[in-house]
Amino acid sequence: MGSWIWWTILGMAIVTYIPRAIPLTFLEGRELPPAVQNVLRNIPFAVLGALIFPAIFFIQDNIWFGVIGAAAAFGIALTGANVMFVVLGSIAVLAVYSLFI
Amino acid sequence: MDHRGFSAGLKAGLSIAIGYFPIALTFGLLAKTTGLSIWEATAMSIFVFAGAAQYISLPLIAAGVAPVVIILNTFVVNIRHFLMAASLNEKMQPDARWKKALYAFGITDESFSVLAIQKEDNLRTSFAAGVITISYGSWVIFTAVGHLIGANLPQFLQAAMSIALYAMFVGLLMPSMRGNRKVFSLAAIAAALNSLFYFTGWLSTGWAILVSTLASAIIIELISSKGGRT
Repeated sequence: MGSWIWWTILGMAIVTYIPRAIPLTFLEGRELPPAVQNVLRNIPFAVLGALIFPAIFFIQDNIWFGVIGAAAAFGIALTGANVMFVVLGSIAVLAVYSLFI
Repeated sequence: MDHRGFSAGLKAGLSIAIGYFPIALTFGLLAKTTGLSIWEATAMSIFVFAGAAQYISLPLIAAGVAPVVIILNTFVVNIRHFLMAASLNEKMQPDARWKKALYAFGITDESFSVLAIQKEDNLRTSFAAGVITISYGSWVIFTAVGHLIGANLPQFLQAAMSIALYAMFVGLLMPSMRGNRKVFSLAAIAAALNSLFYFTGWLSTGWAILVSTLASAIIIELISSKGGRT
């Protein structure tokens, strides 16, 4: 790779950093209108929905990995287990499944 | 203010580090097969720290696509972090701008989710630093390791571990969702919209997550403020 790869990495770094940094620095010490604050407080739950679906089903070419993995994750999470247990439990279920196919 | 500091942050971020492990390892390996040196591959993880964008850049680099196109593409994929950073700002303790500019670098889908879902408000900067340090460390170190060993995990483990980050998202969401119709609706509407965009191909992934998240958050705010609960 030539020096252009380093310019590419630099450019990628800059355009990735800007959207991360602007809100946190510009909004510091500023009070937003209540309606905007409420929308921003809704974001975490909405973003989790969008991050999980539909991507969870497509973790492998074989769709069953996603389906079984999703069922395991939701099943374990429903018991009230903590996050680490949900993660390790889902991995264990899929490890067992993949040994059987 | 929430009392938890750096070491509690490290602990809260541990599931991210586990989830990043197979993805970073594979990224290092793919970067190697694309022709990037270990320095170039690791530098990308050090300076960009954005999984999806880094993955997408590899076939573009291999195809000899112009750097400016790769950079624009990266911007579009990562524009959703703008929304996350604005939301996170409501959750964090007020602090010096340079400190916030520093930890802003570490906002990813995963670190944002872990921080934003905490029950406590006014999270300390040191707590965020802990979550980000362990995530970033895992991402950078395992990128280098993946390039260095040039091999992947055993197939069954690789396949099984690909559920890790999604399982984490589920594990983060579920406790807030139980018995809370508003939280359930927020997640369900965003999931439905994002699925719609995915299957119709109307929007690329970066925009799809941004638009479906924002639309869901606004719709639910309109409904709940009309119901007299603001």
